[in-house]
Amino acid sequence: MCTLEQRGRVFVLTLTGDGEHRLGHPLIASIRSALASVAATAAQANGAGPGAALVTVAEGRFFSNGLDIGWAGTSRARLGELVAALRPVAADLLALPMPTVAAVTGHASAGGFLLALCHDYRVMRADRGVLYMSEVDIGLPLPPYFMALLRAKITAAHALRDVVLRGRKLRAPEAKEMGIVDVVCPGAPETAAEALRLAEELAARKWDGAVYASIRISMFPDACRSVGIVEESDEEKARNFASKL
Amino acid sequence: MDTGSMCSVERRGRVHLITITGAGEHRLGLPLISALRSAVAAVRASPGAGALVLAAEGKYFSNGFDQAWARTVPRHLQASMSEGFRGLVADLLALPMPTVAAVTGHAAAAGCALALAHDTVVMRGSRGFLYMSEVDAGIKIVDYFAEVLRQKVPDAATRRDMLLAGGKMTAAEAVRRGVVDAAADGGVEDVVAAAVAAAEGLAARKWDGEVVAEIRKAMWPAVWGKVKDYGAEAAAARPRL
Repeated sequence: MCTLEQRGRVFVLTLTGDGEHRLGHPLIASIRSALASVAATAAQANGAGPGAALVTVAEGRFFSNGLDIGWAGTSRARLGELVAALRPVAADLLALPMPTVAAVTGHASAGGFLLALCHDYRVMRADRGVLYMSEVDIGLPLPPYFMALLRAKITAAHALRDVVLRGRKLRAPEAKEMGIVDVVCPGAPETAAEALRLAEELAARKWDGAVYASIRISMFPDACRSVGIVEESDEEKARNFASKL
Repeated sequence: MDTGSMCSVERRGRVHLITITGAGEHRLGLPLISALRSAVAAVRASPGAGALVLAAEGKYFSNGFDQAWARTVPRHLQASMSEGFRGLVADLLALPMPTVAAVTGHAAAAGCALALAHDTVVMRGSRGFLYMSEVDAGIKIVDYFAEVLRQKVPDAATRRDMLLAGGKMTAAEAVRRGVVDAAADGGVEDVVAAAVAAAEGLAARKWDGEVVAEIRKAMWPAVWGKVKDYGAEAAAARPRL
């Protein structure tokens, strides 16, 4: 389902196998477990100082084709369960105490696109694969936290409209023009390598993980609130400033 | 007018120019913040004042809060520094005339936020950068700073590069990415002249100052909401015992 390894300062979370990496209960649980492990390892090491970063990458033709609607079938309840189950994954990523890079090595649609958006940076292959918010085409409204994240991360008005209201399928170069993807690479191996390189570069800045996460959350408090993250108060942040004097 | 040698105020036509003086980093400790607030209050009270320009001498516009100063004073005065800065931002947002920041040198952290809290930002083209240094310094960002950035830098990727990557942004990049309005060639005096010219153009519109202030506050509702209680207007409105 997914594996976690550490390469130097970089944690690499890999969605394994040639399938669609559909986000059903098993894969979601697996990802949550991996992210918890990353956060815990980082918390231990933070005292010692080294910076860290996360790369999420996938094998095969898909990054992730979204929630496991096959498992949900016609059951509204099941679909609701999956939507609810993905929410804490988004929260885990948005609160992760280190920079995060999504290596979009294949198609990322709906929940899969959202997963990529929950990362700080996106590196994507140019040769194949699209980013696609498929809900309007399928006839499903977007869950509130999906929309909150899309609004936080896709800030050009025409870009957001194209993605959610027109179900536009974005190849990497156009996604980059719209500010959704940061780096475009020729193919999957280059994408993974560049994501790793970028993560190494970010980890080498040795940012304090808790401060990094705090600043990330302060950048989009509404989206963070929508996935259940409670932002610190200014008093708590001020205490942090006083302690740095 | 010379408010305690930390900043000077002069008049150029309809434009009132406040200059942070001296060759140093213009760190925003309580002394400089108070001097700036006095200067802004003086401009506000000047009859016929049409626009404000804030500039600085030397290599720095401002390198942020004065942590060295804060280390030497009791805890309650440290709080006064950040409260005073909220008040300065409130006073700028409530100022009944257009405001222009002449970013004549490096503007970091609170210094960057100060520049961005103006209606128009003109930046020196040849040197100096905008730098939200907090992530590098290990300092968290309070909500109204984040709101100033959100207001002035709506593009998510640009805001991320500034806040989460500690990017040092040159004038050319700042103009390209829409963070500042214009870059000005030359030295400090040339940047000031360009900012004053821009301010003169705005003053020439002869807008009702009170209306300018009301529209600006309504345009920045999130920031205004978080700073208004610290401003001079709020202080004046509080009942005195």
